[in-house]
Amino acid sequence: MLSKRLIICLDVRDKKVTKGVKFQGNVDIGDPVEMAAQYYEDGVDELVFYDITASAEGRPIDIEMVAEVARTIFIPFSVGGGIRNVDDMRRALLAGAEKISVNSLAVKNPDIIREGARAFGNQCVVLGMDAKFVGVSEKFPSGYEIVVRGGRTPTGNDALAWAKQAEDLGAGEICLNSIDADGTKEGYELNLTRMISENVSIPVIASGGAGHPDHIVDVLTQGRADAALIASMVHYGDYTCRGIKDYVAARGVRMRAVAL
Amino acid sequence: MLAILDYEAGNLTSVELAVQHVGGDCVVTKDPKEVAYAERVIFPGVGAAKSAMANLQRFGLDRAIKDAVASGKPVLAICIGLQLAFDFSEEDGGVDCLGLLPGKVKRFVFPPEKHVKIPHMGWNEITVTQPHPLLKDVNPGDECYYVHSYYAAAEDEKMLYCRTEYEGVNFTGAAGKGNFFATQFHPEKSGEVGLSILRNFLKWDGKA
Repeated sequence: MLSKRLIICLDVRDKKVTKGVKFQGNVDIGDPVEMAAQYYEDGVDELVFYDITASAEGRPIDIEMVAEVARTIFIPFSVGGGIRNVDDMRRALLAGAEKISVNSLAVKNPDIIREGARAFGNQCVVLGMDAKFVGVSEKFPSGYEIVVRGGRTPTGNDALAWAKQAEDLGAGEICLNSIDADGTKEGYELNLTRMISENVSIPVIASGGAGHPDHIVDVLTQGRADAALIASMVHYGDYTCRGIKDYVAARGVRMRAVAL
Repeated sequence: MLAILDYEAGNLTSVELAVQHVGGDCVVTKDPKEVAYAERVIFPGVGAAKSAMANLQRFGLDRAIKDAVASGKPVLAICIGLQLAFDFSEEDGGVDCLGLLPGKVKRFVFPPEKHVKIPHMGWNEITVTQPHPLLKDVNPGDECYYVHSYYAAAEDEKMLYCRTEYEGVNFTGAAGKGNFFATQFHPEKSGEVGLSILRNFLKWDGKA
């Protein structure tokens, strides 16, 4: 039986893992390579490396840092941020990443999903999408709109329609972030997650809102997510990966056990 | 020297990094001569069977793999490498494969109302069905990382080494014959369990 995955996201800025705090800017937390090694030891199932300022600064992803992390961990490893085209994807894969996440680039140019899937296989292309609740309307039948630039810019795309389109274009997985839940620590957006997950046939990673292991249990059961993404829960030492996985597994969700 | 076959079927860096991590001296190559010269060979890859087969043929690597297996040197196939080792794959309307192992590769098919995700992506238990030198450090309950939409149904139980189950379908997690061994999962992405398999491969004399 397939296990549900616990994924840790490292948001990286100026070679440091950072965490955005609402209205307060960013706080540096640690070195990405050291943190990756520590989470690998702690039994994380997958790691995401996100170069958060690459796009805004108009530069490619920090490929040296990607390569250093890739040499440290031997689990699935996705990267995102600053991916502009298929050549950027290729460079990240050659540096040792396994999946490439595209978000705003795919909104601007949906064909990048098809091109990436054709060049490297569907399993390589992860669609990152940020969804915001706007209420059900003719334009947004799902009630959620896709936004970019950290939620600041609406795109006019309906979240569910976009998820299905991305699947048709060849995305191998969706990382679904709720802008409304992100940073609240009050739990994932279960309705959104469940709606997307039940209506696509590719795996869905839930993101945004995790503050307690119960939230992870909820999104993997009621939310029907295939994986749960966390960051600050473990970054500040409040929880360990192992501790979270044991807690979730004890509530009947299958998780990979990692030997001590 | 260990040769990792590069036939332009996806990402090889992670295989290379994992082999280096466990102490292997390796070269990534599409040159059949280098494959013939190598002491052991890894045949990795992700992607679609038909284009992978076409690429192997284009570089003359289909022959190189068969020769390597015939020569008795240890050969490890991973993911699409396992699928191409069988007789035939249903993918893309059907493609004849290398025929190193008897059996067919089929697509996962589930009733739509079951909402089963394809690809089968993530960590799943590998049940060892008979001992093998490469699997000697695998413990009951150990999981490995999979990502695939097609699976091999091994016809010959004697060649089956690991079984994995996905939503009621039992499929080949690992299969082998003599000096040839193949995994559907990715040892290079399966944490310490996967690394133990690669470490054992580096020491393997090719005898099952």
